[in-house]
This record gives sequence, structure tokens and C-alpha cells, in this order.
Amino acid sequence: MNSLLKILKYQMQDNIRSKWVLGCFLFFLAFTYWIISFTGEAPKVIMSLLNIILIVIPLISIVFGTVYIYNNKNFITFMLTQPVNRSSIYGGLYFGLVLPLILSFIAGVGIPILVNITIFSESIFTLIIIFITGIFQVLIFTAFAFLIATLNEDKLKGLGLSIFIWLFFTAVYDGLILFLLQMFQDYPIEKFALGLTLINPVDLGRILVILKFDVSALMGYTGAVFENFFGKTTGFAVSILVLIIWFILPLTLGFKKFSKKDI
Amino acid sequence: MMNGIKIFITAWLILVNADIAAKVLIVGKQQKYKLISEALEVSSSSDTIIIKSGTYKEGNLIVDKSLTIIGKDFPVIDGENKYENITIKADNVIISGLKLINSGLSFIDDNAAIKLDEVNNCIITNNRFDKNFFAVYLAKSSGCEVSNNKITGVKTSEASSGNGIHLWYCKNIVIKDNYIKGHRDGIYFEFVQSSLITGNTSEDNLRYGLHFMFSDSCSYSENIFKHNGAGVAVMFTKNVEMRNNRFENNWGGASYGILLKDITDSKIENNYFYKNSSGIYIEGSNRVVVSNNEFIENGWAIRLMANSMDNYFSKNNFIGNSFDVATNSVKNYNEFNNNYWSDYSGYDLDKNGIGDVPYRPVKLFSLIVEKNRPTLILLRSMFVGILDAAEKIFPALTPETLIDNLPSMKRFL
Repeated sequence: MNSLLKILKYQMQDNIRSKWVLGCFLFFLAFTYWIISFTGEAPKVIMSLLNIILIVIPLISIVFGTVYIYNNKNFITFMLTQPVNRSSIYGGLYFGLVLPLILSFIAGVGIPILVNITIFSESIFTLIIIFITGIFQVLIFTAFAFLIATLNEDKLKGLGLSIFIWLFFTAVYDGLILFLLQMFQDYPIEKFALGLTLINPVDLGRILVILKFDVSALMGYTGAVFENFFGKTTGFAVSILVLIIWFILPLTLGFKKFSKKDI
Repeated sequence: MMNGIKIFITAWLILVNADIAAKVLIVGKQQKYKLISEALEVSSSSDTIIIKSGTYKEGNLIVDKSLTIIGKDFPVIDGENKYENITIKADNVIISGLKLINSGLSFIDDNAAIKLDEVNNCIITNNRFDKNFFAVYLAKSSGCEVSNNKITGVKTSEASSGNGIHLWYCKNIVIKDNYIKGHRDGIYFEFVQSSLITGNTSEDNLRYGLHFMFSDSCSYSENIFKHNGAGVAVMFTKNVEMRNNRFENNWGGASYGILLKDITDSKIENNYFYKNSSGIYIEGSNRVVVSNNEFIENGWAIRLMANSMDNYFSKNNFIGNSFDVATNSVKNYNEFNNNYWSDYSGYDLDKNGIGDVPYRPVKLFSLIVEKNRPTLILLRSMFVGILDAAEKIFPALTPETLIDNLPSMKRFL
């Protein structure tokens, strides 16, 4: 445990100063600031932030995470020669990367919002959901990145796979859902649709936000299904639980692979 | 002879005056009249009856003379869930300051706390109504005013609940500054003409906040309708004016800010639609002008069915709606001109305040959702964004003519 914290500490120090994380921070800061000063309306800002969280954050996390492992190959090999167990190395690397990313996200998005908090007075709760969702996206997609990089020695293959995973969760999956819903539209498929979206962490994050934001439209539709599920605390708890599973699952899988790996 | 005429005239005047000199009858426990019905019996036209506080359970009170009935400290008139509290059958009756409760639920009679039956120029003002079947019921009446009443009901089911203010075959009625809550329909208009609804608040009703049918040349303004089961319905009517109203938080699959069905030559101006499932639902309506309204954070700001023609939408603000406009056809015979759309992403190079690129308020996704509701779960997904963007560049499925050629760059104030 001690060694994990030590690795974590040095990795964080290293990463916070890295151009990537700094770039992310500046990007979030500039984007949020720009969108707030350009529109000045909470709904518009929240919608743009939602796009950031569901598209940009997964992309940054998964690409950066994969590249990070490949770039630190020598460091990892060196660390493995030391009397440090593998879980400490893996955990240290993971959290050493995730924490600075989350920090850059929270600070980058948070600072402009705090400065203009008055226009968000009615949507504080939606903002909180946005932050929670964003944090989970970082956790989940970095875990995926680590899993992919551990499984593939070939850098090009790993990166390709990362981008595919990102594309799959953010766009392809929704296309499949739409296709299925259109194909079976003569059947009562509300619950089925609900189940399908629950499986995808990006969709789940999106639904958590639009439930706060587009609630009037969602209630307009067969209200019962959504309201009964997501509208209540159980639905929210289940959503968070699924997000946690999505974060634990690739992380443990990656770690298992890493522990058994030669090197 | 002249003298004889003078005497006759004097005598006649005295007699008439005696008749005009209105009496004041006081009803109360320590008064001459213990019961309202006693006072009603001995009174004659244009008398005033003052009712002191207390609870009166006298079955159905019938007012068949032009009386002014005033309650002191809101005396309670109880219908005991069996009777109609007060039935007015004479013109020029004024009722104020009463508390009317428990008008009887009946599936045969429309028992009301106050029913006005074929009368003129009556005023119902400053009363309180609670737990009634119908509260105020006007049938075949004209020139009446219902104002400043507080009407509350108990929501049970649509069948066992009556309307707050119910008008049937009426003319020139003013419904003003009332508060209505928990009835079936807050305000109900059927076959009413040239009447005015203003300054009322109608909320938490089972069905409609305002139910409005076959009522030509009426107008409603400055009202607030919120949290009603199905919003406001305006149907089968010509020349309605709807101004400065607020429609808020009407949620549900069949809940609308305003439902317009078969409306012609009407105006919807300066209204505020906030967080309704559908702001305005328009079906079979023609020549309706919708202008200077605010549509904020509704599910659908406007749902325009293809059987509507020549409706004109101008200078409205569409802000943060999940869908700005939805329709069910590729054909469109309505016009959108110079509105502000928060989703508009065009530019204004000549700086004239009007976007240089037209705005298409109907997205492909809203067409998909209109046909297949469960797909709504994909709202604001990136895939849907890509679909919409593709459709925007090469419109194939969305109505070609449903387009705002002069989208405003700035929100209208």
C-alpha cells in the first residue's frame, strides 16, 4: 500500500506538469469560458458541457491512457525489477493518471462556472450530475485504456482499438439501438430500450443528465417507464452502480492480465 | 282635476318608493332570521341579506329575486354532499363573502355550489369554495361576473369531480382574478360567446386548467395555468385571443401548454410556456398567429400536425427546448418567420440582426421520435447529432418548406 501511494504521488507530480493534462485543463477552461460568455444561458451551456463530457472526455481518457502506458514502458519494466508488487504499480499508474485528469476537468470546467454561478442558480443539481458523470467517464475510459494497452503489445493496434472502443460507445452503439428500436417498433420495447442504454456507460451518463434537463420531454413520452425507473432514487442508485461496475470491471481485468504478464 | 292627478301621482310615488326602499335582512344565530331560507322567503327584490358567520345546512337555497347576499366573516353554507347549495334564478343577484362547501356529487345533476340558471347581470365575487362537485355553474346566462373567488376541490377521479367554473351557453361573461385548484377542469367554456377570462390562476386540476370549446370571440389573458393533468385545451372555435398567459409544468404524454384543435383566425401572443411536455399542440387549425411568445425548456415547443394550414409564427423565442418543432409529415403549409432559436448556429455577416443561413426547426430525430416514441431514449446522443447534421445538409425526410428564413440572432425582449 505504501509503495502504491509513493508511485501515485510521483506519477501525479509528473502528470500534473505534463503538457497533456495542462492542455486538457486549458481546453476545458477556454471552452467553458467561451461557451458561457458566448451564450450566457444556462441551458445552452449545460448542453455543450454534456457533449464535452460524453464525447471529448472519453476520447481524451482512452487515447491518453493508452499512449501513457506505451510511453512508460521502460519505466514500468524498471519498476518491475524492484521489490514492488504489481498491484501497486498498476494502481499507482492508474490513479496517478486519473486524478490529474479529473482535477483538470473539475478545475477547467468548474472555474468559469463558479465565476458565473448566478446564471446557473436554477440548474445547480444538473451541474452536479454533470460533474459526477464526467468523473465516471474519466475513470471508466482510462480503465479501458489500461486494459487495452496491457493486452496489446503493438502500439498501433492498441491505439486503433482504443479509438474503436470510443467510437463504439459514443456513436455506433446508439446506432444499433436505433436500428433495433426501429425494427421492433411494433412491440412494447420501452423496457428493452431502457435495458440497452443501461449497459452503455456513455448512454447512462447522458440519460442521467437529460433526465434533469429534458425531463418535460421524457415525461411526455410513456412517462411511466422513465419516471418509474430513473425518476426515483432506486433508478439513480442503479445507474451509479452500473457506472461503478463499468469502472471496476476493466480495471480488475487489466490488472489480472498485468499480474500474469511476462514483464 | 289637476289636484286629483297630483294626489294620484304622489300616492303612486309613495307606493313605488315603499317598494324600492330596499330592506336589509340579517341572518344569524342571534338575529331575527335564524335561517337563510326564512330571510329569502320574506325578502323582496333588491333587498340585501347579510349573513353572519356560522354554519348553515339548509339544503338547496333558491334565489328567485334580485337580491344582494353578503356574508360577514365567511359564513359556511354546507351542501352536505347531497344538495346544490345556491341556485340563482333571478337577474341582478350579487353574492359575496360566502364560504360554500360540499355541493353534492351526482351523476345525474350537475350540482354546484352556486348555479346561475338563465339569468343576467349577476355578480359572484369574493367567495370561497371548498370540496364542491361543481363550484360555480353558469347556464344560458349573460352579462355576469365571477371574480376574486378562491375555489379548491379534492382531486379524486375525472368522473367524480366537477369543474371549478363551468359555463354553458353563456354570453358576455367576465371571469376575473379567481384561484382554482383541484377540480376536473379549472375553467370550462362550452358554447360561450364574447367572454373574457383574465387574471385567473388554475393549477393542479385533474384534466384541463382551461377547457374551451365552441366559444367564439372569447379571449383569455394574464392567466396562469400550471401543473394541470392535461394543460389547456382550446377546441372548435373561431377568433380566440390568448395573451400574456403563463403555461407551466404541464407534464405527461397527453399534456399540453395549449392544445389547439380546429381553431381558426385566432391570436396567441406574449404568452410564456415553461417546461411543458408540449408547449403548443396544433391540430386542424388555420390562420392562427403565434407571435412574441417565449418557449423555454419545453419537451416540444410546438407540435404542428400536418392538417393545419396558414398558421404564422413570428418573433417567438425558442430557448432550450428538447425539440423546437415537430410535425408528422413532409408537407408543410405554415410559415415561420423571424423567430429566435437558441439552437441556431448560423452567422450574421452583414450585422443586420438576422442570421444569413435559414434555420430548420424540425430535426430528423424529432420525426423519428414522432413515429417511434421509445427512440426518445437516444435524445442528445452523438449518433443522433450526426443524423441531424446529415439531414440538415441534405434535407430528404424533414419538411422542405418548414424553415425560418430570417432567424433572429438576438433574443426578443
